[in-house]
Amino acid sequence: MTSALPAAPIVRVEALSAGYGDDVVLRDVSFEVNRGEVFIILGGSGSGKSTLLKHMIGLYEPLAGHVFIDGADIVTAEGAARQEILKKIGVMYQSGALFGSMTLLENVRLPLEEYTALPLPAMDLIARMKLELVGLETFCGHMPAELSGGMQKRAAIARAMALDPGILFLDEPSAGLDPITSAEVDALVRRLAASLRITFVIVTHELASIYAIADRVIMLDKRAQGIIAEGDPRVLRDTSENPRVRQFFRREPEAATETA
Amino acid sequence: MNAALASATGILVAPARLTITDAADGSLILALVGRLDAYSIPLPWAQASAALAAAPTRRIIVDAAAVDYCDGGGIAMLVDLLRQPRADGAAVSVRGLRPEFQALLNQFDLARLAASAAPPPPRVGAIEEIGRATATLGRDLRTQIAFVGETGAALGYALTHPRRVRWKDVWYTCEQVGANALPIVALISFLFGVILAFEAAVPMRQFGAEIFVADLIGLSVLRELGPLMTAILLAGRSGAAFAAEIGTMKVNEELNALTTMGLDPVRFLVVTRVIASLLMVPLLSLFADLIGVLAGGLTMLSFNIPFVTYLHEVASIVDLKDVLAGLAKTPVFAILIAGIGCLRGLQTQTGASAVGISATRAVVSGIVTLVAVDGIFAVIYYILDI
Repeated sequence: MTSALPAAPIVRVEALSAGYGDDVVLRDVSFEVNRGEVFIILGGSGSGKSTLLKHMIGLYEPLAGHVFIDGADIVTAEGAARQEILKKIGVMYQSGALFGSMTLLENVRLPLEEYTALPLPAMDLIARMKLELVGLETFCGHMPAELSGGMQKRAAIARAMALDPGILFLDEPSAGLDPITSAEVDALVRRLAASLRITFVIVTHELASIYAIADRVIMLDKRAQGIIAEGDPRVLRDTSENPRVRQFFRREPEAATETA
Repeated sequence: MNAALASATGILVAPARLTITDAADGSLILALVGRLDAYSIPLPWAQASAALAAAPTRRIIVDAAAVDYCDGGGIAMLVDLLRQPRADGAAVSVRGLRPEFQALLNQFDLARLAASAAPPPPRVGAIEEIGRATATLGRDLRTQIAFVGETGAALGYALTHPRRVRWKDVWYTCEQVGANALPIVALISFLFGVILAFEAAVPMRQFGAEIFVADLIGLSVLRELGPLMTAILLAGRSGAAFAAEIGTMKVNEELNALTTMGLDPVRFLVVTRVIASLLMVPLLSLFADLIGVLAGGLTMLSFNIPFVTYLHEVASIVDLKDVLAGLAKTPVFAILIAGIGCLRGLQTQTGASAVGISATRAVVSGIVTLVAVDGIFAVIYYILDI
């Protein structure tokens, strides 16, 4: 039913300015993410990618502007309304942020225990299936510390998916992963986007990963304090006039644009 | 407008419902309707499981043709129904599931999910537990002895090569351990002096012997309580801080960074803290002695003993030997506080709770060791008649 609908924004960022103290990182940033889309936020180090992501999930309060998740403003929402918004999103943090005192199964089961009325065996089955999706079903009883970094990241994706949220935010899912695992994570993202129509908002700067999964990207820039390019990554690579965008996609060092 | 429409269609489909009907061929049809997600499936899931259990010999057909939406939770319910062990000819099958949801279902290996999750590791028996604990204790003792040797060697090296000591870190730690601890040391020793004097003076007044409270305060504070109270305070304050600081560095791999740079963590982190404690603990103990004795004197004013008389009595019973006997313990206390704090920090394991555990262990083993060593000093002083 939903697949018949035209592309519609599920996340809308409106005139967002963000920063720390007097240090403004993003100024007047606006964009939309469509339902079912794999949307990637790119940019060099310090361009404000993670800052933007943390504002989109309501962790930080912006200096100005709004972030609408499925029509509701996460910036102004409080109490139960905020809780409702948070149920619609899942977040994977860069380090995984699994709870060290719980097994993988317990980590994934935690949101189910808190938000649903399911009996324990049902929650266990759901948690095991989420772990199966990321290839970690056999590690159910392991503690996070017993896993490699890549496995922890995949388990964190499983935990973010526990309640089948409509939007998944992933902060650097490929950073620190070997190419094979990284490609597996990419395939997982594509599969979930296609089958469940989950919307993905991903912060990354792995070019291979961007070409493999992105429907649309925005590129942030430190000097511009905002978006310098938006669209299909291949089109941007081939046709962008902006030297900093070309430089990023061609992996050229800083000096190259100055002389070019 | 589009957004509102999409969001409305995403959410306002009917919640999951289950109807059970008998088919003409004798099989049981479980018809699912609406939206299958983690919030709406608890009831139909329970109903379906009950229906399966009640009809162990009938064929079960789960009719999912009217399912509008099915996420991971709904798929889990279908998997649960499909994985149940059934008699021959009484299999469970799903029909009419939309292709996009069928694709989700096909991702899972039913045989694997039919087996229960890997069992928890077997429980360890009491005897084995005691054995393990003893072995751990033995290992811990060995580590401590090795650490004492390592620190001793590093301190010896520092004494012979004073230029190699990171003095900036030493002064910083002195400020943390010494100057910043003055208020709490003053407060506790003042209270201790007041309480001790008051509790002793009340019964002694019955014999007209209030003046001897001065003797009691003088001897007990200077020889015993001043240094010991200060040391216990610092074990809680600075020992825990050392353990947490070094523990966090270990969790952040800063210790590994030091090691791979060829720098010895003991020289770098432990020696500076031990030197700072060696400088500060005797001074703080002296300070505690002074405040404790003064507090006793102030309390005795309320028992009509003038301050001069009180001080005179203290001076008559206490001599330099007593003061030194108290202060002689403080360098040992200082090494114990800093050493144990640093050792526990270096022993930190991984994980969020590891630093907390290290800090706790630093305080507990620090205080136990301090009290034990103080007892040893008491015996030595008794034998030597000091």
